[in-house]
Amino acid sequence: MKPSVTGVGTTMGSYYGRPIVKEPTWQPEIPFYLFTGGLAGASSVLHGVARLTGNERLAKSALYVGAAADVVSPVLLVSDLGRPERFLNMLRVFKVTSPMSVGSWILVVSGGASNAAAVLELWGKLPRLKALAELASFVSGPPLATYTGALLANTAIPVWSEARDELPWLFGASAAATAGAAAAIATPTEFAAPARRAAIGGAIAELGLLKAMERKLGFVGEVYERGEAGRYAKISKTCVAAGAGLLALAGRRSRTATVAGSALVLAGELALRWSVFKAGFQSARDPRYTVIPQKERKRRREAS
Amino acid sequence: MSAYPDAERKPRMGFFTDTTVCIGCKACEVACKEWNLVPEDGYDWLGQSYDNSGELSANTWRHVAFIEQDKPLKLDAGDFAAADAEPEPLRWLMESDVCKHCTHAGCLDVCPTGSLFRTEFGTVVVQEDICNGCGYCVPACPFGVLDKRHLPRRPDDAPLSLPLLGKKEDGRVWKCTLCYDRLKGGHEPACAKACPTDSIQFGELDELRERAEQRLAKLEAENWNGPRLYGHDAEDGVGGFGAFFLLLDEPEVYGLPPDPVVPTRHLPRLWKSTALAAAALTLGLVAAFAGGAE
Repeated sequence: MKPSVTGVGTTMGSYYGRPIVKEPTWQPEIPFYLFTGGLAGASSVLHGVARLTGNERLAKSALYVGAAADVVSPVLLVSDLGRPERFLNMLRVFKVTSPMSVGSWILVVSGGASNAAAVLELWGKLPRLKALAELASFVSGPPLATYTGALLANTAIPVWSEARDELPWLFGASAAATAGAAAAIATPTEFAAPARRAAIGGAIAELGLLKAMERKLGFVGEVYERGEAGRYAKISKTCVAAGAGLLALAGRRSRTATVAGSALVLAGELALRWSVFKAGFQSARDPRYTVIPQKERKRRREAS
Repeated sequence: MSAYPDAERKPRMGFFTDTTVCIGCKACEVACKEWNLVPEDGYDWLGQSYDNSGELSANTWRHVAFIEQDKPLKLDAGDFAAADAEPEPLRWLMESDVCKHCTHAGCLDVCPTGSLFRTEFGTVVVQEDICNGCGYCVPACPFGVLDKRHLPRRPDDAPLSLPLLGKKEDGRVWKCTLCYDRLKGGHEPACAKACPTDSIQFGELDELRERAEQRLAKLEAENWNGPRLYGHDAEDGVGGFGAFFLLLDEPEVYGLPPDPVVPTRHLPRLWKSTALAAAALTLGLVAAFAGGAE
């Protein structure tokens, strides 16, 4: 019997303190993919809008950054499979009940489109086909950046599942900050203002959403203050806030400040993905996070 | 189940595990391993009563839980005691756990390859020639049933190939198939066949549910301490289990979730939230261009 942390004087039975839900079997490839997938998705949008507004310099850097992230992403995912040689089985079916199935198809479309656009940009031919690829990449980019939130929330892991209203938004905001920061590094200062604003705006939104998520999760969310998830969360908040602050204060004038600020935002957003990833493992490991909210839910249902 | 034409569809089959008659012999664990050729998963002494397999896993498809309690088994002294005797102060609970073969199965819903499927008997089975080891079903199961198979490595084993070029260990997920092969041949699953006390009862689910209700009524009439059915209710968060239980304490005491819900129940709302977040991301990035390039 372990003492409950929510109810005063109540006790919770458990089977030798063993976990009830299984920890994910996912390896470090996955948090890195959460980062590169977000970077790829939001870069596609940044690229599209930059092209439409005639900011060719920014359009090009966002295009190349996004295409590179779209090359790395599937490599990370395939490497994480228990049977990498069977990766094409992902495309046997399309299942709307599986965010991983939907996400695989989004990644195929988005990755294919952004890489086609990048190759055609370098080659300088077939402008119509390039425009088509850019359009496809623009449309499939945003869901690529947010579906990973649904992927994690659609599990039995309490700290992910209970954050189902926040995770897609958190990952979307994080993706905007990531893509903005990466493009700000890759673009001369005089063309980089929209990228800087995306980095700053995304960072502010991400920090706010993280706060809202932690508040809503309550007791289940305490893993974000503990262990590895807690350490990564602290690193993330510090880096993101410092980076966004530096970009806002000095990004317009100083190239050094832009690079330093953007690097801090990138590091902070990577740490955010790691924090969320690790929180899921910690949440699965302790049966209290599974049992106490379920008993509470059952009690409320039976009372009404 | 509706995916099967009438000619192929079979009545829904399942287990009723009546833990009140379990004697903890583990014949079910052994029979399952033997019939299904499930590999060993290490010989560990856990120090948790007589339980040394710990939990359901890729290599343990039946798991017998042992719980020693300072609680009486019955609320009165029972039939055989002297009239003035006190109730027995201790009880030893045993429960043979197994995949629940949920009506709404989270593992099956999230499987991106279609490897997990529903059989004509209404059971949930992994096709091992399809599974690519993505691992999504592992955290999607509210009961922690599925896991990737890890094989103990020996010094003379061939070295693992590079992650990108070949398999890592076995790499796939495994779980109870409710002996799909035996069912196809008209036999009962190995664990039920081996159970010497009929604690594991196999049959048509509707009939098992009736039998369970009768058993529960009998135990209540006999003043047993805390009997309850777990997973028999078709209105619960997973639409009822294909393999349900009669327990003598709260589910969490046996390592079972008290109110399991299939993750995909929230998916319509989750997809909506994901789409809105994607739209907001687009609008936010468009807004970043207001104010020009500098």
